[in-house]
Amino acid sequence: MSGGPRDRLRIDVARARAAMAGRDGSPWRGLEEIAGTPEFEEFLHREFPHNASEWLDPAGRRDFLRLMAASLALAGFGACTRQPAETIVPYVQPPEEIVPGKPLYFATAMTMAGYSTGLLVESHMGRPTKVEGNPGHPASLGATDHFAQASVLTLYDPDRSQVVTHRGAISTWNGFLGALAADMQLRAASRGAGLRILTEQVGSPTLASLLRQVTALLPEARWHQYEPFAHETETRAARTAFGAPLHTWYRPQAAGVILSLDADLIGCGPGSLRYAREIASRRRAEAAGAGMSRLYVVESGMSVTGSVADHRLALAPSEIERFARALAAALGVIGPGDAPGLAPAHEAWLRPLAADLQRARGSSLVAAGPRQPAAVHVLTHAINERLGNVGATVIRTDPVLPDPDGGLPSLQTLVQDMDAGKVDTLIVIGGNPAYTAPAGLGFAASLSKVKLSIRLGLYDDETSALCGWHLPEAHFLEAWGDGRAFDGTAGIQQPLIAPLYSGRSAMELISAVLGRPGVTGHALVREQWRRARPEEPEASWRRWLHDGVIDGTRPPPRDAQVRAEALAGVAAAGPGPAPPQGDLEVVFLPDHGAWDGAFSNNGWLQELPRPITKLTWDNAALIAPATAERLGLASEDLAELTLDGRAVRVPVWIVPGMAPGAVELTLGYGRRRAGRIGTGPGYDACAVLPGSTARAYPGAALRGTRERYPLACTQTHHSMEGRGLVRWAPLSRYAEQPDFAHHQEHGGPGPELSMYREWKYDGYAWGMAIDLGACHGCNACVTACQSENNIPVVGKEQVMLGREMHWIRVDRYFEGSIDDPMVHHQPLPCMHCEHAPCEVVCPVAATTHSDEGLNQMVYNRCVGTRYCSNNCPYKVRRFNFLLYSDWTTPSLKMLRNPDVTVRSRGVMEKCTYCVQRINAARIDAKNEDRRIRDGEVTPACAQACPAQAIVFGDLNDPGSRVRRLKEMPLEYGLLDEINTRPRTTYLARVTNPHPEMPPPAAPEAGGHGEP
Amino acid sequence: MAQIFHRSFNVLSRVSIFGAVFFLAALAWVFGTLDRSPYVTNADVVREQPIPFSHRHHVAGLGIDCRYCHTSVETSAFAGIPPTKTCMNCHSQIWSDSPMLEPVRASFREDRPIRWTRVNDLPDFTYFNHSIHVTRGIGCVTCHGRVDQMPLTYQEHPLLMEWCLDCHRDPGQHVRPRGEVFNMSWEPPAEPLQVGRSPLPDHDARQATDCWTCHR
Repeated sequence: MSGGPRDRLRIDVARARAAMAGRDGSPWRGLEEIAGTPEFEEFLHREFPHNASEWLDPAGRRDFLRLMAASLALAGFGACTRQPAETIVPYVQPPEEIVPGKPLYFATAMTMAGYSTGLLVESHMGRPTKVEGNPGHPASLGATDHFAQASVLTLYDPDRSQVVTHRGAISTWNGFLGALAADMQLRAASRGAGLRILTEQVGSPTLASLLRQVTALLPEARWHQYEPFAHETETRAARTAFGAPLHTWYRPQAAGVILSLDADLIGCGPGSLRYAREIASRRRAEAAGAGMSRLYVVESGMSVTGSVADHRLALAPSEIERFARALAAALGVIGPGDAPGLAPAHEAWLRPLAADLQRARGSSLVAAGPRQPAAVHVLTHAINERLGNVGATVIRTDPVLPDPDGGLPSLQTLVQDMDAGKVDTLIVIGGNPAYTAPAGLGFAASLSKVKLSIRLGLYDDETSALCGWHLPEAHFLEAWGDGRAFDGTAGIQQPLIAPLYSGRSAMELISAVLGRPGVTGHALVREQWRRARPEEPEASWRRWLHDGVIDGTRPPPRDAQVRAEALAGVAAAGPGPAPPQGDLEVVFLPDHGAWDGAFSNNGWLQELPRPITKLTWDNAALIAPATAERLGLASEDLAELTLDGRAVRVPVWIVPGMAPGAVELTLGYGRRRAGRIGTGPGYDACAVLPGSTARAYPGAALRGTRERYPLACTQTHHSMEGRGLVRWAPLSRYAEQPDFAHHQEHGGPGPELSMYREWKYDGYAWGMAIDLGACHGCNACVTACQSENNIPVVGKEQVMLGREMHWIRVDRYFEGSIDDPMVHHQPLPCMHCEHAPCEVVCPVAATTHSDEGLNQMVYNRCVGTRYCSNNCPYKVRRFNFLLYSDWTTPSLKMLRNPDVTVRSRGVMEKCTYCVQRINAARIDAKNEDRRIRDGEVTPACAQACPAQAIVFGDLNDPGSRVRRLKEMPLEYGLLDEINTRPRTTYLARVTNPHPEMPPPAAPEAGGHGEP
Repeated sequence: MAQIFHRSFNVLSRVSIFGAVFFLAALAWVFGTLDRSPYVTNADVVREQPIPFSHRHHVAGLGIDCRYCHTSVETSAFAGIPPTKTCMNCHSQIWSDSPMLEPVRASFREDRPIRWTRVNDLPDFTYFNHSIHVTRGIGCVTCHGRVDQMPLTYQEHPLLMEWCLDCHRDPGQHVRPRGEVFNMSWEPPAEPLQVGRSPLPDHDARQATDCWTCHR
């Protein structure tokens, strides 16, 4: 083979810039495209990208002929198998409520970094198979993120730890409990001296109360918390500002003007699903008009929130604090003398912003991100007060987390104690501190000084390898628990299945530490809430379980004011010295897929294209085009990153729109002991993570190594040659010309001109509308689809060949300059064309059209010619080149959705509009002798979407929401001009830029071929 | 030079060329017939079961309704196979010493499920739903045959796709009043029901024969 993806040309920024100068304003997908490399051209002109369909094995023509002859001879016999006899295994005693063939749904909750999100989990005969959001839970409102969707794969992960081990040898729970009891007698004798418990950020009231019982019983014992992405800075800032660790949450729905200072409000963090819903509610097509909100983002990287902003300012991390101070001064929060001067361009950006915020007093919102120093948070609190937002868009309450101070300082104390020999017994619960702790801290070395180290974890990972005892932890879908949402609402975490691998939960282990080893998680949680709500009857407990939320637990708003001396202190301190020109600042982020490593072994998340970079299976050092130019680096160059004297080799990826001087690294990769999937890929960012509470570090160096490292990026796959696919306009133009989207068409034949036979759809006519103004590219839909439709993972090598199997992809387009582009996200499922080009070319009629307008794919008829895919203008068909689905691993069989076929090799597949859900609804409706109601069928993608950007329904139902949306002037079909009449159509994006702001891109450039 | 082929080869070659057509046709017929034969479809084949359960005795003899055991047939895709508990409702009282029923008692005693062999087994890519067929007035007998006359249970029909489609295209002759669905001995009126007069005025043959109605 020659010209494979590994010999890609280097795309340097100078070349892209030169090419950019000669282009019109149409959107672009990546630097490869504008630089017009031969490799990109080839991508475009092939049905499947490079080598996707080539014979890859080193076998010659003769081998090929021999194999073909044999296959032909045997192929006919493949169908001659007789069906094997199967058994039916009924229950002995039928459990209550289970109707075989009907799923049940249970409310539970998933906790990440201390805050929980309510879920409804689908269970088939006791197997949890699909996670949905709990519509009654404030942090979910029915939506989920990709982590929750993928959590069910972690549950069935065959690499999860399955046995208790002691010094690497298999042991038993009873063996461990005996050793623990013996040790606890020693600890009790010394009032707990030498006992340390290290947890993740604890959000569970029950677990916290048990841990407090330990420290009350054994006053010398200590409870530490470490979470690499904890919210410790916010807590510290709240202590400074209010004198108490108050918690802050937002109501973006009430905000007309929103400013995010490095806060990825809708991308990650507590409440992000809720915030995404609320922000989208004032930016979606139906909201386009006077009530539309305006979103400003100041950030160093390119976050999901930044990608949908009306105005985005890319600043190096250290400059954001200067900007915040200047803004505070402009709003009169601090004296003008206390603010540093800004560059003229930034000053020009700040003035209209400050005026806009002033105008929207009481309905604006300023949010600072967790990576910002405490000073920025204090200033933000003061700004919101000054703008009258507190109580309206900003809510302050008592702390939601039982102990909000967890974080690096807590871990530092523990390491000091371990080094001083003060720790005899250490119990590490969850997390993976041996991997996530900063390299500078030397946690791993200190851990080896502990006599008895006990680890409870889902995986036998880096931390377990250093601990004497490893205990398998129960997954959250296997264990009782509780948690609090971003606004403090408490909810019960209900198990869906008994522990698969005899795992136990953290609270059961702490109960054992307290000398009560046999107590179940259920009893502990029940007891906690009986104590917390003694007046409630048993029926309330059952209602809490059913609803997933405990009513009346949201803490009331606190009327706190920023203390004048705190503000004065922050103002007087001034910003740090400006970093020298050309300095590199490193920002550490959780990975979009692997998070902090907790999901490293999750194939769905590994293969999920990151929202902006579209990288899979790896992390990379993300840098701005200007930085790359200055350092002479190109994407996929392997570079050496040095920070504080520690170095790591990282592949580089250029991200248009990033702040020059910023380098973004994500955690969760370079794992040494994560499982079959997680061990290996990427580099370990923790190896250069300095041991301080900051999240942005100046003084880094990035040097090319002359080596290349191929990255699996889906960005350039399935390109559609810039045919005005994404359409948008600012609000002002929408007001003048509501049907602007139709003025961006290429022309073409009218709908009456077609060689296809007309068909009347008089029953249901299923259709989908996708609101590009609401979508923010978060990928929840992609993972939801993967989970619902048994979509396999293919691996990095196959992704590089363009063989990823996702039925829905989110295309990301850049528009404008490469230094400050505008970003568009466009989810792309099957279009279900009424005149589907794929159907007419199938020689075996394996893809046909249904009476209701669905473009059907029949796996058992498909012989794998791939003509359909060749003829699909949208490139939404996926082919099983190899046997991608795992047909053998027993635990993964339990994961499958029983209503969807698991596909085998040689079969084409694609989005079905979740036909299994349509059929289920149809049968229910027919059984009740009625039509399917609007909203009764929701495909997995639409159900998961936090922004409700995807709406599905019956186009023949005049009252359906999808019909109303499709009647909007913003509606347009993708590649309308080729007359495929797609059933999936889009609503053009309307932005709301400030008229006095320098526009991010020329608004008229929203498409070309305009009349 | 002598002829290589004898004259008789003329006839032989003609016969084999024309014969090939018949041979191929015959081959097609053999495969077609084999494919529809009980050897492949398992129709009329009595499956060995852990307990020689007799539907004739329980249904015709004792008059037990289908739904006493197949509880979810009206609500779910799966009709339901009775748990051991259902058997023991009666057999803890009657025939409680019968050696034939020892596997049932053992199952109940040891909390070990009985492993029955599937009799009516569709391929895994076919998603059949009982509830909708019951609601639409397809009697149990229509697909399962006179189960009340089967001492040992067997599959009555070939369950081939063509057999399903016959009815999906025109269900009129197979549909019965909703109340007669579980009646084993219901006889259609002399004049068969036609679509339009049947209880299925809204039957949409095209929708019912869409691929994704059964495969997905």
